[in-house]
Amino acid sequence: MKTMSKALRGLSIFIRIGIAAACAAAAIIMATSHDSTSFFGVTMEAKYQYTPSFKFFVIANAIASGYNVLVIFVPAASPFSGLVIMSDTIMAMLLTGALAATGAISEMAKHGNIHAGWLPICRQIPAYCDHVSGSLISAFVGLIVFVVIILCNIYKIVSLDLHVCH
Amino acid sequence: MEIENGTKSDLVLDSKFAQIKAKLVKQLPLTLRWLALMLTTTAAIGMGLNKQRKTAVVAIVGTKPISQTFTAEFQQTTAFVYFVVANALASLYNIMFVLLRPCFKGKENKLWIHILDLMIMVIVATGAAAATSMAELGKNGNVHARWNPICDKFDAFCLHGGMALIASFVGALDLLLLSILSLVALHRSVQGQELVSLSV
Repeated sequence: MKTMSKALRGLSIFIRIGIAAACAAAAIIMATSHDSTSFFGVTMEAKYQYTPSFKFFVIANAIASGYNVLVIFVPAASPFSGLVIMSDTIMAMLLTGALAATGAISEMAKHGNIHAGWLPICRQIPAYCDHVSGSLISAFVGLIVFVVIILCNIYKIVSLDLHVCH
Repeated sequence: MEIENGTKSDLVLDSKFAQIKAKLVKQLPLTLRWLALMLTTTAAIGMGLNKQRKTAVVAIVGTKPISQTFTAEFQQTTAFVYFVVANALASLYNIMFVLLRPCFKGKENKLWIHILDLMIMVIVATGAAAATSMAELGKNGNVHARWNPICDKFDAFCLHGGMALIASFVGALDLLLLSILSLVALHRSVQGQELVSLSV
């Protein structure tokens, strides 16, 4: 029984480190995405700071990554376990909001909006678009694994056993 | 005697307050559900009927001006389409819940209700987030991508979209409260089962 709980604790630590790594990778890849091109004597530069959604994405993923690293040091069934469950849900909502906003802007950059006169820019700056899509994939992976943690939290509440995943 | 009467009426008043409070707390989930239904329906309909036409003179041929009609509607932006779909789904879920509530009062359904509540909240929240990023782009534009803001030309479109967004955000918050309440209800029902099994 003790080895089982130790194995579960080790598994949960492994999952949390995975999420922290995925979110940190997403934030770093987005923060280092930078490309510029010039056509007809006009320079077009693309950085993540130029779009507020991308800034929110970097900040949200950095916060989620740091939070997951901190949660590893919370012992199982401590007074903070309820707080951890609540903070997990809040963090997941933050990540989903950031992902949704960034996904919307990326789709706009790829396909443009003819009716508003917005031309797609991914043809001119392909490296930037590739960077951003890689960052999005990494954040998606982190979020999907985070959903596993959320389901684990629900199981913790249903079975009244705070030792299961943590 | 007078002091005894005073304490007795105090006790009666306290128990009346407790009764009223208990009744209000019992009605809270249903009230929140109705509120969520109204908010998500408002958001879906508000954005779904969002359309603005503007006619502008684009050229003058000889003495005859040629005018063209520019339309701004929600179908032109993928994020707004997803917003309408998400809010319509949430309002459909809330309608079904309110109508079918008597069928699902058992203890074994509380887990499914909580999971469905969570899913619907996430769907509405993502719809609102995506539509907000598009709305911010429409209002401020992006100088570096040469995307001009459109809200100065289509102000009614932006205003209606903004109001639908606000309704959706409040609806998402409401759905979050409902998820928390259903989680507490699930916890209580599981604890009640444990106590029953322990006493047996």
